[in-house]
Amino acid sequence: MTLIRFLAAHRAEFAGLLGQHVILVLTSTATAVLIGVPTGVLAARRPRIGAPIVWIANVVQTIPSLAMLGFLLPLPLVGGLGARVAIVVLILYALLPIVRTTAAGLRGIDPVLIEAGSALGLTPRQLLWQVELPLALPAIVAGIRVAAVIGVGTATIAAAVGAGWLGEYIFRGLSMVDPTVILAGAVPAASLALTVDGLLLWMERAFGRRGSRRIPRGLSAAVAIATTLLLVLVATTASRRTGPVIRVGSKNFTEQILLGEIVAQAIERDAHVAVERHLNLGGTFICDTAIRSGDIDVYVEYTGTAHTAIFKEQVDTDPARVFARVRQRYADIGLTLFAPLGFGNPFAILVRGDDARRLGLKTIEDAASAAGSWRAGFGYEFLQRADGYPGLANRYHLRFASPPRGMDLSLIYRALASRQVDLIAGDATSGLISAYDLVMLEDNRRYFPPYDAAVVARSATLLRYPEVRVALERLSGRVGMGDMRQMNHAVDAGHEDAAAVARAFLARLERDRQSKG
Amino acid sequence: MNRSAGIELRDVDVSRGAAGRVLRGVNLAIDEGETVALVGRSGAGKSTILKLINGLLRADAGHVIVDGRDTREWNPYQLRRRIGYVLQDVGLFPHMSVGTNVAVVPRLLGWDPARVTTRGDEVLGLVGLPADVFATRWPHELSGGQRQRVGVARALAADPPILLMDEPFGALDPVTRAELHREFRRIQAAVRKTVVIVTHDMAEAFALGSRVGVLADGIIAEIAPPARLARSMDPRVRALLEPLLEAGALVGRHA
Repeated sequence: MTLIRFLAAHRAEFAGLLGQHVILVLTSTATAVLIGVPTGVLAARRPRIGAPIVWIANVVQTIPSLAMLGFLLPLPLVGGLGARVAIVVLILYALLPIVRTTAAGLRGIDPVLIEAGSALGLTPRQLLWQVELPLALPAIVAGIRVAAVIGVGTATIAAAVGAGWLGEYIFRGLSMVDPTVILAGAVPAASLALTVDGLLLWMERAFGRRGSRRIPRGLSAAVAIATTLLLVLVATTASRRTGPVIRVGSKNFTEQILLGEIVAQAIERDAHVAVERHLNLGGTFICDTAIRSGDIDVYVEYTGTAHTAIFKEQVDTDPARVFARVRQRYADIGLTLFAPLGFGNPFAILVRGDDARRLGLKTIEDAASAAGSWRAGFGYEFLQRADGYPGLANRYHLRFASPPRGMDLSLIYRALASRQVDLIAGDATSGLISAYDLVMLEDNRRYFPPYDAAVVARSATLLRYPEVRVALERLSGRVGMGDMRQMNHAVDAGHEDAAAVARAFLARLERDRQSKG
Repeated sequence: MNRSAGIELRDVDVSRGAAGRVLRGVNLAIDEGETVALVGRSGAGKSTILKLINGLLRADAGHVIVDGRDTREWNPYQLRRRIGYVLQDVGLFPHMSVGTNVAVVPRLLGWDPARVTTRGDEVLGLVGLPADVFATRWPHELSGGQRQRVGVARALAADPPILLMDEPFGALDPVTRAELHREFRRIQAAVRKTVVIVTHDMAEAFALGSRVGVLADGIIAEIAPPARLARSMDPRVRALLEPLLEAGALVGRHA
C-alpha cells in the first residue's frame, strides 16, 4: 500500500525514470543485436574465429556489473558519467546470449536444407538471408529475450554512475534505509523484466510456429527505430555537453544529494549559469574520477575522506592541518577546495539523551567512567579498523560490560533508542540523532580525524565563471551541523523532496543575510 | 561434343581424403533430352557425379562439361539455376509455403512477379498438385509423396534444360513410388529435359531410364539401354540384376 502511495505521489518522476529505463534497455539491446547477430554468424561460419569470440563474451559476462562500471569509467570515449558508460555496459552484457544463440541456431539447421539451397543456385549471401537466418530466428529471438531481461536488471545498477533509471529509487532507498523507496525501483524493474520476457517469448513462439518464419519487416523496422533513438540520445547528450553549463555532482546518500542541490541552486540563483545535476553518483571514487576528468565541475567532499581515501595521507586529527594539506593536494591537480561549509561529518559517539542529562555526560571522557555497566554497538567496519574502536578504547580507556556488538549501520540508531545497547558510533549529521533524542559526545581528546564538508571545484571552470566562485564562497561557514541534521531528517524521515528542502534552506540563508544588513 | 544441354564427363577422378578415390577415370556422355539412370551400391559415387555436374564438387582430375563449357568456366550460381535438382530428402524450406518454395529459382533469376506466379501454378499443375489448393500450404502439411512432387515442381520451375535427381523416390512406399514413376514418364514426355537419375534400385532405373549405367569400384562398369543391360554378363551388373530376375520383374515393358 505504501508502495502504491509512494508511486502515486511521485508519478511524474516515476514515469520519467521508467521511460528512460525502457528506452535505454531497448537501444542497448538493439545495438547488441546489430553487433551480436553478425558476430554469431561469423562464429558459426568460422569456428576458429568464433570460439575465441564466444569465450571472450563469456568472460565479460562474469564480470560483476558494478566492477565493469568501475573499469570503464576512466576510459576515454566509452567512459565518463551518465548514460553513455551504462549503455556500453548493457551492450557488453547483452552480446553473449545473442552471439551464442545466433551461432547455435545457425549450426542447428538441417544440412539438407543448405545443400538444397546451394543446388538451387543461391549464393552464400542469399542462403544466409533467405534460408539460414529465418530458420535460426526463433533461436536468435530467444537470445534477445535473455539479453533484454538481463538488460532490465543490469540497468538498475546504472544509477551508480548517475544514469538515473529505475535504479535511482533503489540506490536512494538504500541510502535512506527506506524499503518503500527500494521497492519503488525494484518492483517496477522486476515487472518490466517479466513483461519483456513474456512479450519476446510470445514473439519467439510466433516465429517458431512452422510456416510463419521469415524475417519480419516489423522487426527490421523496430531495430531501425531503436538505432535512431540511440543516435538521437547520443547526439543530445553530446550537444548538452557543449553548452555553457556547470555540472554539479554528489555521492549517493541523502546528505550529499542535499548538498548537491544547495550548490546547484546557489549557482543557478547567484551566478545565473545553467546547471546540470549529476547527483547520486555512487561513492567517493566515482566522484573523484568524474571531477578529475571534467565530467563534473563541482561537488562537496569531506576533508578527512580526501586526506586518507583520495590522497592516501597518514591519519591526522588536526582539522586545520588536514584542510591545508588537502587544499594543497587538490591545487596540484587543478582543483580548488573552498573553505569548509561549517559542519563536519565525523564518526559520532552517541548516547541516549536521558542518560546524558541524568549523568551529566558531555564528552567521551565523561562516558568512560559510566561505561563499565554499558553495552556498545558499532558498525562492522568501525569495529575492525585500527582507527575505529580499538584505537578509541585505547585513547579513552573505554571498557564495556560485554564486548561491543557488531551491527548494521541502518539498525544502530534504533538499537540505541530501544535500549538494546547504550552507546553507539554513528554519523554526526544523521537526522535520526534529533529524531530519537540522542546526544553526541564531544571527542575532547581529538581521537577522530576531521571530516569537514567543503566544496571542491575545477579551477579552470572557476576562472571561466568568476561569478560561480563568488556564489560558492558565499556558502562557506553557512551550513551548520544543526542545519544539516534537520535537512537530513526532513528527507529521510519526513520523505520531503531534497530539492525543496535545499530551496527552503537557501531562502532562509538569504533572509538572514538581508536582516543582518 | 558441343551439343547444347548435353553433359559430358571426361576421365574424371575424385578422391575424398580418407575415404579414398570415389571416382577414377569416369567417362560418361549424356545427350540432350536423354534420361540416364545411374545405379550402384551406397557409396559407389552416384551422388558425387550429380554434384560434379552442378558444380557443388570439383573434379580432382579430368573435365566435366555442361552445355559445351567446362564447369570450371561457369559462374556456379548461373550454372545451378539452369539445372533442376531433386533430393531424396526433398529439402523443401520449412519456413516457406509450397508456392514460395516453387518460386525460389524464378525469383533468383529476377522474373517479374506475375510470371513467377503463373509459372508456379503451371508446374504445380504439371506434378498433379492444383495450385489453388496447394500453393498456400506448408511443407509439413503434405504427405511424403506430395512433398516429393513439390520437389520436382521446384526443380522444373525455371524451365531448366537439365534435371538432376538424387534417389528422388527412395523414401516412398511402393504404391506411391509406382504412381510417381508413371507421373515422371508423363512429365518427361511433355518437357523433354536432359535428366540424370541416381538410384540404388535397379527396378527404378529400368522404369525411368532410356539408358542405365552401373557404377562400381569408382568407374561405370556398363551403360546401355535397359533391354541390353538385362542381358549383360558382367558380374557387377548381374549382382544388381539378380533380385529383379528372381521376382520376374523384367518381363514387360523394357525386357
